[in-house]
Amino acid sequence: MVIESMERNPEISIRLFSDPHLLSTIRSTVEGLAKVVGFSEKSRGLLMLAIDEALANVIRHGYDGRTDEMIWVHLWRVREPRGIRIIIEDLGRSVAPEKIKGRDLSDVKPGGLGVHIIKETMNESCWEQRPEGGMRLTLVKWLSPEELQNVTPTKPENTFP
Amino acid sequence: MNQELVIEQKIIGDMIVLRPAGDIDMARSSAIRKAVTEVVRTRPAKLVIDLTAVDYMDSSGIATMIEALQSSMRNKMKFVLVGVGPKVRSAFEITKLVGMFTICDTVEEAAK
Repeated sequence: MVIESMERNPEISIRLFSDPHLLSTIRSTVEGLAKVVGFSEKSRGLLMLAIDEALANVIRHGYDGRTDEMIWVHLWRVREPRGIRIIIEDLGRSVAPEKIKGRDLSDVKPGGLGVHIIKETMNESCWEQRPEGGMRLTLVKWLSPEELQNVTPTKPENTFP
Repeated sequence: MNQELVIEQKIIGDMIVLRPAGDIDMARSSAIRKAVTEVVRTRPAKLVIDLTAVDYMDSSGIATMIEALQSSMRNKMKFVLVGVGPKVRSAFEITKLVGMFTICDTVEEAAK
């Protein structure tokens, strides 16, 4: 996997089956890393929701609900600006990124909320077709100015490479 | 949380309260959907979903709440959510759906 401007290997990499029962494990991991970075409880909740929606979309649309396919999740802490980067890769059905859109929320109906949640939560969300098949989703979220104020960069536990 | 969703059901007067316990996500939202469908079939005056023991809900859970609201309206039933915690509230807020629902702090308040 080659990622532009990705100078470091992922700090956490997880390979999981496309089984919805495993999503809670990934949510916990993301929440744990987000806490280390300094995200507030509310932001951590939204981050968990965004990654959950992204993985659910892979299972539902990329793999048509099959539970024995592969998904890769890679996580980084980002230094400047401080935040978190998440990459999700799969080998499922590939779709043109411009076709991935959130729906109009004024039409109140069940379903189709995942992409909206991802875009609202994350500072960056970028879907790409992988040359080897499947999709790659890159998600980035930075600390808000308020969250940044609560982080003391001089403390050893708050610094990272 | 990895266990299946446990859903308690209580009948209080002409109101039925469903109390799921656990995360409501893609793996578990079908259980609450099924429970709602069964309750709506009996047409109580009011359906209450008590989310006090639900720490997390994803968009499949929200979709289930929209379905419950819509089927309650179709059947002339009142639909109330109770005990909406901060993470669940955030999910409703980000989808701009929080105003669609009647939300009470307690089941007693919902019964009024």
